[in-house]
Amino acid sequence: MSAERIDPREPVSPAVSAPVADAAARVAGVQIDGVTKRFGDATALHEAWLKIADGEFMTLLGPSGCGKTTLLNLIAGFLEADGGEIFVGGRLMTETAPYDREIGVVFQNYALFPHMNVAKNVGYGLRMRGVAKREIETRVAEALALVKLDGFGERKPRQLSGGQQQRVALARALVIRPKVLLLDEPFSALDKNLRGAMQVELKEIQRRLGVTTIFVTHDQSEALSMSDRIAVMSQGRIRQVGTPDEIYRRPLDPFVASFVGDVNVLPGRLERRIGETATVLIAEGRLSVSADTLEGIAPGAAVDLYVRPDAVRIAEGEGLVSGTVATHVYQGSHVDVLVDVAAARGGRVTVRVPGHGASTRWPAGTRVSLDFSPADAVAFASDVA
Amino acid sequence: MSDPRKRLISAKAGERLLAIAGWTVVWLVVAFIILPAVVVGISAFNDRAILSFPPQAWSTRWFARAFSYRDFSEGFRNGLIITAFASSIALVVGAGFAFALDRYSFRGKMALEAVLTSPLVIPHFTIGLGFLILAAQIHATRTFALVIVCHVVLVLPFVMRSVYVSLRNLDSRLELAAASLGARPGRALFTVTLPLLIPGLFSGWLFAAILSFNEFTASLFVTAQATQTLPVAMYNYVREYADPTLAALSVIYIVVTALLLTIANAFLGLGKVLNVEHVR
Repeated sequence: MSAERIDPREPVSPAVSAPVADAAARVAGVQIDGVTKRFGDATALHEAWLKIADGEFMTLLGPSGCGKTTLLNLIAGFLEADGGEIFVGGRLMTETAPYDREIGVVFQNYALFPHMNVAKNVGYGLRMRGVAKREIETRVAEALALVKLDGFGERKPRQLSGGQQQRVALARALVIRPKVLLLDEPFSALDKNLRGAMQVELKEIQRRLGVTTIFVTHDQSEALSMSDRIAVMSQGRIRQVGTPDEIYRRPLDPFVASFVGDVNVLPGRLERRIGETATVLIAEGRLSVSADTLEGIAPGAAVDLYVRPDAVRIAEGEGLVSGTVATHVYQGSHVDVLVDVAAARGGRVTVRVPGHGASTRWPAGTRVSLDFSPADAVAFASDVA
Repeated sequence: MSDPRKRLISAKAGERLLAIAGWTVVWLVVAFIILPAVVVGISAFNDRAILSFPPQAWSTRWFARAFSYRDFSEGFRNGLIITAFASSIALVVGAGFAFALDRYSFRGKMALEAVLTSPLVIPHFTIGLGFLILAAQIHATRTFALVIVCHVVLVLPFVMRSVYVSLRNLDSRLELAAASLGARPGRALFTVTLPLLIPGLFSGWLFAAILSFNEFTASLFVTAQATQTLPVAMYNYVREYADPTLAALSVIYIVVTALLLTIANAFLGLGKVLNVEHVR
């Protein structure tokens, strides 16, 4: 999302200004210090360490069963950790019950109270806090305006579409002016177009309110498009924490590289390492890449080079690898050219070419050379002997 | 190769035959279900003091007798008292146990579940006899308490089952959502859990009430003249008289029940009351 989406000159409606001003004073960072959670013999979370800044949009990204929802439930207080500590706004949460944490939660299935209308749902948290009736009415109206559901107060949840239920759940979580907002795969039940629209809208609301947000998803494109930072998780461990760009362009391990975005893998051999630079030999060439990811790997060891499809070019002259164009996958804004390359893992390299002329320029069967900048390649020790 | 059009026609004929056979079976089953009620209903208007069919002469005097016979009106009143107490107590106890079984894991959970559902296995007359022997020890054989306790035991498994099913269907995330919004456990229970369980609780109560009101076998053992319920009074009546009063009583019973169900349906929706509709 581009920065000009939130224009400071854009008049903010008065209905929205109150929560904006108030939320800023209340937001808090979250600190997760070596938190472990076991279910019976299975360890769902291994000593997770994570620091989330005030007002940050942090995404926990990973496949199902990676521990991301467990971590979310621990922060909300729905589960008790077996080890480690969680701080919200500098306050230790271990002894704090979920109802005292002041953390807003949006559930995957929204979990709207079916026996209450929209206004009662949104006002629930305020009633539990003993807020005066008048104030509840005003704040519920504000919250509904914030999610563009003015006038829906009398409807029952079942009379709403999925996207509308989603907004009600968001309004219900935000109206209590939470210190932290947690979202558990909130868009997974929505169709693709609506999901995109809701992503933009959530991001805008989050920026306006400045509320610290922890967003759980398995959808890497959702994570890349919305987050300030992403924590990639797998098998109960946090594998890498970084900005979307760092995660995408400088993955720290093969799991992160292949889970976030598409990737081509070229097997090679580590020739030598001098300081921060490693020289890697691949089928038809030699290139120097960053040695950060090759710590402890001795020269001569098998390594894999990971390169994104958008970093690979079809070279005019000599390239680093060569192959034969197999087929084209038209994607609208770009074309994926699939090239049979004997030297590549899986025998294929995907080249992402912007525009639509690729199939006429390089028809199937064309011999091509492929090239890429060493800066766009990341090397990892090969897990294949 | 046969003509495909011919095959189509013969397939159609076969289908039609099957449909006719199916409907015949359906209507036969329906007829057999309502047949007893129809026979009894007609017999109730027989003028003669014996249960013969079909009646030769018509009268409504047995309805008057059904209303005026003291054992019936007392049995009806006793039954209402016993049913009201037994099903309400069973509801509270059963809901408590259902809650414990659904929410907590503890030692002996399986055993508790087995004991709570055992009245389904132990015959009613055994339960009635057991309570009678116990009550005789403390000279309490003529008390309402005895009948009520006995009925509570009998209907408990059904109430528990009904509440347990609704608890299972309740999305636990609703309670988590309530907690995250600041609701303490007690307030979450009264503002979210219980309101959503009401259909299940009510259907459990209704089921218990119907079972308790109609219960005969165990009641025969644990009731005395002063505490006898309507089914027991009817049994005692039929041992002495063979006139159509019981048939008249049956008609009254059916009409009243139908009325009650109609009212329940109009105000609550039968689907909700019987807990067949999934409550979102």
